[in-house]
Amino acid sequence: MSDGTNAVTGHAAEHPGYRTFILVWVALLLLTAALVGLSHLGQSYAVLGLLTITPLKAALVFYFFMHLKYESTLFKGVLFVTLATLLIFFALLFADVAFR
Amino acid sequence: MSDAIAQGAAGAHAHGEHRDDVGARLGMWLFLVTEIVLFGGLFLAYSYMRYLYPVEFHEGGQQLNVTIGVINTVILLTSSLTMVLSLVAIQRADLFKAKLFVGTTVVLGLAFLVNKGFEWAAKFHHGLYPSSEHMATLPHGEQVFFSLYFTMTGLHGVHVLVGISVLTWVLTLIARGRITPDRYVLQENAGLYWHLVDVVWIYLLPLFYLAA
Repeated sequence: MSDGTNAVTGHAAEHPGYRTFILVWVALLLLTAALVGLSHLGQSYAVLGLLTITPLKAALVFYFFMHLKYESTLFKGVLFVTLATLLIFFALLFADVAFR
Repeated sequence: MSDAIAQGAAGAHAHGEHRDDVGARLGMWLFLVTEIVLFGGLFLAYSYMRYLYPVEFHEGGQQLNVTIGVINTVILLTSSLTMVLSLVAIQRADLFKAKLFVGTTVVLGLAFLVNKGFEWAAKFHHGLYPSSEHMATLPHGEQVFFSLYFTMTGLHGVHVLVGISVLTWVLTLIARGRITPDRYVLQENAGLYWHLVDVVWIYLLPLFYLAA
């Protein structure tokens, strides 16, 4: 295969090591601490954390732990379409609520 | 890389079977997408109900134990790390570490459920469980809050239980030599499932414990 992927497992010839994932885990713990700290400042800050830090944590898990970084565009597309669909549902819900 | 193709093709033919690891992972992702929509529907319900009952949701959230929620978050995040490390280990043909990391993931998953058990037991002790007498006396919005709390953390807990069972199976397959350094897509797919369960909890923590 010319793109340097293993024909059998379909993975990049060079696998990421332990270090990459441990760093991601540290980042996830720090973001959790930031989220909890932010929530202590008040409810509006907690909602802000829910809308910013939480998707960032989920993205780290998807991208690194679930190996999306190392998968083809097809895999990324499947997740993107799903999340976009969900977002449309949320947009429709709040549009309905706002103009009721 | 043509050698790898030849080797892979020869290996596949020698066993007389078709093998498609990318297809297997894609299939797993398609299943996980349905899981995202399943929990997504509940997140939608939560959002609308929180909009309708902001005060009651705040009151309900005050009664949840933030410490247990955060401890369980750290447990699940760490279990996700050990799961992904088990894949690095199997890729490097280190079977001992692969088994050690999958085993640690299972233990952490059990620890999560034990914590969850204590948390729910405390709620039950205070008369807070679906259709209890005490629940019926609460304001409507708080009833909705606790119904969503038990439904969503309950459905998540079932997923943790399924994940633990699958990972225990994976552990035995590594021990019996059925998952090997050049054939481990089952371990990858079990890991994908486990990580998605982690992602769902990443959202449940702020929804119920922090931002309600």
